[in-house]
Amino acid sequence: MNFDFSDDQKLLRDQARKFLFDKCDRKSLRTILDDDRLHYHKELWSQISEMGWTGTAIPEEYGGLGLGMLELCVIAEELGRSLAPTPFSSSIYLFAEFIKNYGSEDQKKKFLPLIASGEKIGTFALSETNGTPKPSNVKTEYSSEKINGYKSPVIDGETADYLIIAANSDNKGNRNSLSLYIIDLHQDGVSKTSLETIDPTRPACSIKFENVKAELLGEQGMAWDMTENIFNRAAVLYSFEQVGGAQVSLDEAKKYSMERFAFGRQIGSFQALKHKMADMYVKIELARSNAYYGAWALSTDSNELPVAAAGARVSASDAFNYAAKENIQIHGGVGFTWDYDCHLFYRRSKLLSLNIGSTRQWKENLISNLEKRNIV
Amino acid sequence: MDFNDSQQEAAFRKEARDFLEVNAEKRSIISDKPNDKSPQIAVAGAPETVKGGKEAAQEALERAKVWQKKKAEAGFAAILWPKEFGGYGGSPIQQVIYSQEEHDYLVPSGYFEIGIGMLGPTMMVWGKDEDKKRYLPKMITGEEIWCQLFSEPSAGSDLAGIKMKAEKDGDEWVLNGQKVWTSGAHFADYGMIVARSDPSALKHKGLTYFYLDMKTPGIEVRPIKQISGTSNFNEVFFNDVRIPDSQRLGGEGEGWKVALTTLMNERLAVGDPPGLDFDQIFEATKELEVEDGLAIKNSEVRQKMADWYVQSRGLQYTKFRSITALSKGQTPGPELSISKLVTASKMQDVSAYALELMDSSGMVHHDQNPVLKNLFQNGYFFSAAMRIAGGTDEVLRNIIAERVLGLPQDERADKKVPFNELPSGKN
Repeated sequence: MNFDFSDDQKLLRDQARKFLFDKCDRKSLRTILDDDRLHYHKELWSQISEMGWTGTAIPEEYGGLGLGMLELCVIAEELGRSLAPTPFSSSIYLFAEFIKNYGSEDQKKKFLPLIASGEKIGTFALSETNGTPKPSNVKTEYSSEKINGYKSPVIDGETADYLIIAANSDNKGNRNSLSLYIIDLHQDGVSKTSLETIDPTRPACSIKFENVKAELLGEQGMAWDMTENIFNRAAVLYSFEQVGGAQVSLDEAKKYSMERFAFGRQIGSFQALKHKMADMYVKIELARSNAYYGAWALSTDSNELPVAAAGARVSASDAFNYAAKENIQIHGGVGFTWDYDCHLFYRRSKLLSLNIGSTRQWKENLISNLEKRNIV
Repeated sequence: MDFNDSQQEAAFRKEARDFLEVNAEKRSIISDKPNDKSPQIAVAGAPETVKGGKEAAQEALERAKVWQKKKAEAGFAAILWPKEFGGYGGSPIQQVIYSQEEHDYLVPSGYFEIGIGMLGPTMMVWGKDEDKKRYLPKMITGEEIWCQLFSEPSAGSDLAGIKMKAEKDGDEWVLNGQKVWTSGAHFADYGMIVARSDPSALKHKGLTYFYLDMKTPGIEVRPIKQISGTSNFNEVFFNDVRIPDSQRLGGEGEGWKVALTTLMNERLAVGDPPGLDFDQIFEATKELEVEDGLAIKNSEVRQKMADWYVQSRGLQYTKFRSITALSKGQTPGPELSISKLVTASKMQDVSAYALELMDSSGMVHHDQNPVLKNLFQNGYFFSAAMRIAGGTDEVLRNIIAERVLGLPQDERADKKVPFNELPSGKN
């Protein structure tokens, strides 16, 4: 059995960790947090693009490095640890994966090199209203070769050059009426409105489309199936980001509990706090192991992916949400100040667990996929 | 990443599988075998619960001994032990592979694990050559069963708080006191015991370690009836029990050090408890009806099921990570320290929730129902014990916090004070 990353992958991890430690410190993160006009860390984005991270899992013929999904998992964990304020997940886990898996040869040639080089940024939007997205609440329409409608929230929408959306291609209003379209956001008829997110280092906007040009992605009427598959793939990558963030939340809680004294002793020597941190550790180890299994399913194109991805996602959301909230608790009063970093993790943990569907929704996915697997 | 065996691993797995196929019977997710009803407290080394009184228990013991002999002859009884004592001379990964394979079969468990897993290795480190030759081979074949006499009424989580008196009298030691939670004392032939030989020394310094024949005059074994109604553990009373000094393992006052050898092997002895997990309640939810139809179609049920699934599989994959290290000849990381902590609570939650789903019929045992049987009713009781046996949830969290995370030890009142001056409760 070899249920671990290879030595080369671990080397990549060490390099990425060191690089992000230097280039993505809390000060630069706070620059993005504090300034409404800044949507991402541009310098960091161009540096990680130069190193080829953005093209990690994009084939060489389309301008990428041609490494595998496992390498991308390694990078995801490091981005999660550093809370990197970049559109990496939107552009790479979502946009690039959609094009890679469902694009025509022409579309791959057109978009992937631009995404791999970091020159252009893509994202994806499904949701139009509050609550769980479902086929019947997608109102955006494609007709006479034009898109009309509205998407919100669109994560990284203000930064993005390209957007993939689901829209109705006929009037039946069911799952098979929906197709995916690629939109160039630099055109008349696209209007963006900034939204305030719970984590300003990961911004979002709403976008209105009026007679906007778009091209079909993949087969007509298959938007929902394609989105489910790409969300499964992305869920594994998000889960690595979440495991990374959870681990740092625990590390920082531990560090603080050993520096802070109360009642004449380190607060980390009190069992109430030790047990809390032990529980963080338990959840993180479970999440890490579930994420590894997801990574295996993702990298081998296993038909286990739907179950493995949902398991990874549910476990990682649980671990990061728990670690981030208890990190604040262990810090006490200073934990809920703007100056201390606890809130950065608290914000990111919740945002990440909502980004491609809530934990509730992923739990439902998990059980329905288990039922399907049992029938097959 | 892959889940494939190496060539040698695959060959060993085949060897194990061939042996099991011929000699044992396969287990199903929810078995209809009468002796497969109870989830096991594998961590405590407690044998399967046997209904039908002493005779049935004796028969079960004899069956277990027959099985153990076969297993020993095939070489699988003590895979990690050196060949000179009748072991296989194998590697940890081979032990894991055999356990994985055996897990799918209905075989007796709980009689020999403590001896082979913990006490044998202690004797290998601390025993004299003639002791090793005399006792170890029969431990493997199951001809002689061993028990571990450590816990006392006032020494549980705080194990070094042992009060059992060991007084030297010439070439002999005289033991007086009480042990408790001793698995298998009622059928064990021998035992290993820690006792206090110097009450005026510091707590961890005044202990001495012995082995003894359980038929030595003055030993009385009384079973403890547990909340499950069954008895897997005993109280053992010592009344002027005389044993020769030659049965001492390690030096006088070195008992804690020897005991640590035993306890360090405890983790390796911990098996994979069969029984009650996600798969069982998943099956049950396909049978049970709640207000709006089958339980598995109910949204609240599905949300809970997902939590148990990720715990269950998360543990399984954590084990895969440790096995990967073993397979590469490395020492696994501390990740498996979460195992019993997660398993025990999960079993308790799963059982309690399954009873909820049964509604008022959850009040009664279901001997006749082929799917539900007594599984969850039994699990409800067993899991409460499992959260305590082999280290309470709280002790396990302390261990993770201190040894894995490196957090400071608790302030202790007993570090610098002679044992007989320590405050103690009414025990």
